[in-house]
Amino acid sequence: MGARVITVTSGKGGVGKTTATANISVALAQLGKKVVAIDADIGLRNLDVILGLENRIVYDLVDVVEGRCKLRQAMIKHKAYPDLYLIPAAQTRDKTAVSPSDMVDITQQLRDEFDFILIDSPAGIERGFRNAVAPADDVLIVTNPEVSSVRDADRIIGLLEAEEKGPGKLVINRVKIGMVRRGEMLSMEDVVDILAIKLIGVVPDDESVLLSSNRGEPAAGDLNSKAGQAFRNIARRLSGEEVPFMSLDGSESFFQRFVRFFSGSVSGPG
Amino acid sequence: MSTGSVLEIKGIKNGLLVHLDPAREWKSFVEQLMARIEQQQSFFKGARVALEVGERTVRRQDLGALQKRLKEHGIDLWAVLSDSVTTVATARKLGLQTSLDDPEKRGKEVQAEAAPEVSPHAADLLREDDTPPIDPEEAGSGGVLVKRTLRSGRRVRSDGHVVVLGDVNPGAEIVAGGDVIVWGRLRGVVHAGASGDSSAFVCALDMTPMQLRIAGHIATSPAEKRREAKPEVARIRDDRIVVEVWNWGTQ
Repeated sequence: MGARVITVTSGKGGVGKTTATANISVALAQLGKKVVAIDADIGLRNLDVILGLENRIVYDLVDVVEGRCKLRQAMIKHKAYPDLYLIPAAQTRDKTAVSPSDMVDITQQLRDEFDFILIDSPAGIERGFRNAVAPADDVLIVTNPEVSSVRDADRIIGLLEAEEKGPGKLVINRVKIGMVRRGEMLSMEDVVDILAIKLIGVVPDDESVLLSSNRGEPAAGDLNSKAGQAFRNIARRLSGEEVPFMSLDGSESFFQRFVRFFSGSVSGPG
Repeated sequence: MSTGSVLEIKGIKNGLLVHLDPAREWKSFVEQLMARIEQQQSFFKGARVALEVGERTVRRQDLGALQKRLKEHGIDLWAVLSDSVTTVATARKLGLQTSLDDPEKRGKEVQAEAAPEVSPHAADLLREDDTPPIDPEEAGSGGVLVKRTLRSGRRVRSDGHVVVLGDVNPGAEIVAGGDVIVWGRLRGVVHAGASGDSSAFVCALDMTPMQLRIAGHIATSPAEKRREAKPEVARIRDDRIVVEVWNWGTQ
């Protein structure tokens, strides 16, 4: 028991899984939770970069699995958030270096000590995805408000349901406020309508996310960032708080439409 | 942590699920599995086992041999899950299920929906993904009841009718020898009368399919976004597909 294992996945690449994992991990740590973030994207590691821990990697996930180091030795403690640890992915190997049962083993060893274990899944529906999902108690599906990423998210939800891990919770990332206001973007309603799962976060497209990712300081730590605020809200919802969805464009009408819609389809303003 | 294990065993609702690492050799998997069974005889005795083999192509004699060996230990191999079409076909030839849904429960759902005389075929009719070629003789004789939303990548095929209680999302596909009824929103690809029956129809509570086929005819939904969902029926009239508001009593 102990920690909740939350896997962040999407199907499609480039929708912001790793950014979401990094930011939610930081936001949970800010709430005083003990958090481990595991990068399961072996061969294409990124989570370390976004968390600003790249230069401190000595051992990685594959070293742990293959017994070259103890689990402890691969865990990098974040300097700014002492309750946050990272287990980085290997850069030189591929997904088959780790099996789903290895992932279950590793998370079992960490459960007693931590509150949350976040796993950053690679894109796709193959081995890497299965590794990431195997130990999950809960799955966050990240999608953008555009047709192809919603399609892939739908496929992922189907696969999760087949593995009895589903249906998961939805994070809609990179919502362009201006386009939503002009009605040019797939609306939140359209997305939730197709996927029909519980929404746990809506993250506006925000240049600060890119800037802070490049600096290795996730936006969740920036109190002026709207996206950071959205990620902090997701962390609070994961911790069991009821947090209303924030207004994305400052216009009440949009916000109210939003709340009305979601309170109709999910229990409470999830 | 690295046990070099080629297999994983976990408990599922209806028995045990054995997952086989697709990268490893079949022979070493069988050896490991049998060794595991020898070690824990009481645990495995009388178990129902489903085997997950991923993309691996399993030869018929290999699968048959494994089935036999398991039987000698009192273990019932009842299902093989695979992404390989060949393996799925092989499993079916050996009378195995190819999905984890409980065959008994599914059988009942079909019986409730189909005429009683088709019940012996119930399991056959329920095959999802790639069912064998559609037999025109069978069209209209029975049906499949699917009680869930079909998400992208899911495909249902049946020789007879298909009834879905739920949505058919974009990227999902239904191919039926007979009619297709969707009690929900139809947004995927649907083919009714796939074996050439041009009297077949498709109906849905909200009909906006990606593509709709009846027998040899193909139609797509109009591009403009039409709101206000209403139940509609698609059928062939004067050699083309027409979609009309559902008004069963007057037709």
